Amino acid sequence: MASVATPPVTDTQGMNYLVSLPRRIVTVWVPLTVFLIVLLFPFYWMVVTSLKPDDELLSRVGNPFWVHHPTFAHIHKLLFETAYPEWLWNTMLVSVVSTLVSIVCSVLAAYAIERLRFRGSRYVGMAIFLAYLVPPSILFIPLATMVYKLQLFDTRLALILTYPTFLIPFCTWLLMGYFKSIPFELEECALIDGANRWQILVRIVLPLAVPGLISAGIFAFTLSWNEFIYALTFISSSEVKTVPIGVVTELVEGDVYHWGSLMAGALFGSLPVAILYSFFVEYYVSGLTGAVKE
Amino acid sequence: MRRARRIRVYSSPWLTASLASLTDRLQDNRNALGLLFLAPAAILLLVFLTYPLGLGTWLGFTDAKVGRPGIFIGLENFDYLWNDQVTRLALFNTIFYTVVASVIKFGLGLWLALILNQHLPFKPFLRAIVLLPFIVPTALSAIAFWWIYDAQFSIVSWLLEKMGLIHQYIDFLGDPWNARFSTIAANIWRGVPFVAITLLAGLQTISPSYYEAASLDGASSWQQFRYVTLPLLTPIIAVVMTFSVLFTFTDFQLIYVLTRGGPLNATHLMATLSFQRAIPGGSLGEGAAIATAMVPFLLAAILFSYFGLQRRAWQQGAKD
Repeated sequence: MASVATPPVTDTQGMNYLVSLPRRIVTVWVPLTVFLIVLLFPFYWMVVTSLKPDDELLSRVGNPFWVHHPTFAHIHKLLFETAYPEWLWNTMLVSVVSTLVSIVCSVLAAYAIERLRFRGSRYVGMAIFLAYLVPPSILFIPLATMVYKLQLFDTRLALILTYPTFLIPFCTWLLMGYFKSIPFELEECALIDGANRWQILVRIVLPLAVPGLISAGIFAFTLSWNEFIYALTFISSSEVKTVPIGVVTELVEGDVYHWGSLMAGALFGSLPVAILYSFFVEYYVSGLTGAVKE
Repeated sequence: MRRARRIRVYSSPWLTASLASLTDRLQDNRNALGLLFLAPAAILLLVFLTYPLGLGTWLGFTDAKVGRPGIFIGLENFDYLWNDQVTRLALFNTIFYTVVASVIKFGLGLWLALILNQHLPFKPFLRAIVLLPFIVPTALSAIAFWWIYDAQFSIVSWLLEKMGLIHQYIDFLGDPWNARFSTIAANIWRGVPFVAITLLAGLQTISPSYYEAASLDGASSWQQFRYVTLPLLTPIIAVVMTFSVLFTFTDFQLIYVLTRGGPLNATHLMATLSFQRAIPGGSLGEGAAIATAMVPFLLAAILFSYFGLQRRAWQQGAKD
């Protein structure tokens, strides 16, 4: 991890005490407030819209920023009259399974590259980094033909097998950074005590790399939850769709937009990742910055 | 190994010996063990990443359609696409979208990072909520933007009209240039948190003693930023912006949800056009050719990132 080499500076105040309060309000607090309002407004708007009755939604009078007669009709419609719960379940299943598969593969690969240092491990490390840079937008067409040939079209398995292509490179790259920070001496001690490589990995390296595992897991989960283009291309039946695809393709019917239930769908699709993220913010941020820094 | 030991009890001495020596040799041989550990990841990546990458390039040189394997037609796809007005427009849109969005994301992201690097109360909390737009599914936040950009009930138009700035509602997604700038705005909204948080991590590694030294020497705050912050931050800026450019250049979800490339193909990017030609349109070869045409741009970005990383290693005192 980069932070081992260069510990983050705790005293960020420096000479800020020389800056007067009115100046700080103009240079810090005003722009920060504007940033926060703009960044958070779409979420507020999702909540407000999903609770507004239709006549309030489609009127230009009154204060649109507030709900005057909140209703759960849109949410009820979403949860009981559409396949939304099924999409949630599919997304959860696909995300969890592909995350687990990717973490297992990545732990083994990162350990091999970083610690076993087999011949050519440096080049494999580079190749993994390059694989991380290959965007799904240029892979979905050939993958679609493969998925079709393997008769996986319209199955969750197609997603579970293809999501690791962007998860493994990322997780391996992240875990390599974490493994690098574990002192070699610990492994050497264990080797002298007669442990084999597998025992070293499971009993010594993994417990020390738990923060890295959590970072990689959270990141992989949110990436697969957010995935769009593969799910859009490989899935066509409503009952195997994921939330982003379901909301975009099924909740929009013809020219009449049910904004209330659309916004409720967007909100409930965002909540699981947002909640998970709120519990593990530090891990997520260290994953994000670690992957860029390493 | 537990398995080898268990076998030792029941089986012949010869088998035991050979199995034990096999596992021992495997244990000792870094190369063999390395390959074994690497195998699951390598197989998945080779089958579902490397092979499709090659297959995609090959498809770009064929006339494959859905349900029909194509035959090699050389550069015909590329020749056709080069003279196709829609593809040219998509190329222009992609470059315009990437350049404008990346420049603004960099400016706003750096600004936000500098603000968050100040001594603020509730800093971890602020940092957490700043990153929210980046973690929620883009397709879903794009739907929120779709509603915000609605031609009849847009909240932005409502606000501007009440403020007396406009007299009729703005058609955000119906007019080509409005649509371009609206999609760029949504992309910026999603991308700024990523740039800001990663640059913030870079800022936090700069020791305040540099700033103290600079201000004792009489440097103004602009000079401190220009001659202390910026040079020390350059390597991480290079990497962050490479990622940002890469994500923006290959963007798909936002455009697909907001406009599907319309109006009049004004917001089609290479990725959305390639999807439209290949999947609903059925011309796999043509779509693959468009996707392949993005590769040179991506390679340029990767090389840029590589040299950014090199410079960072050099600054940290690593050998060549």
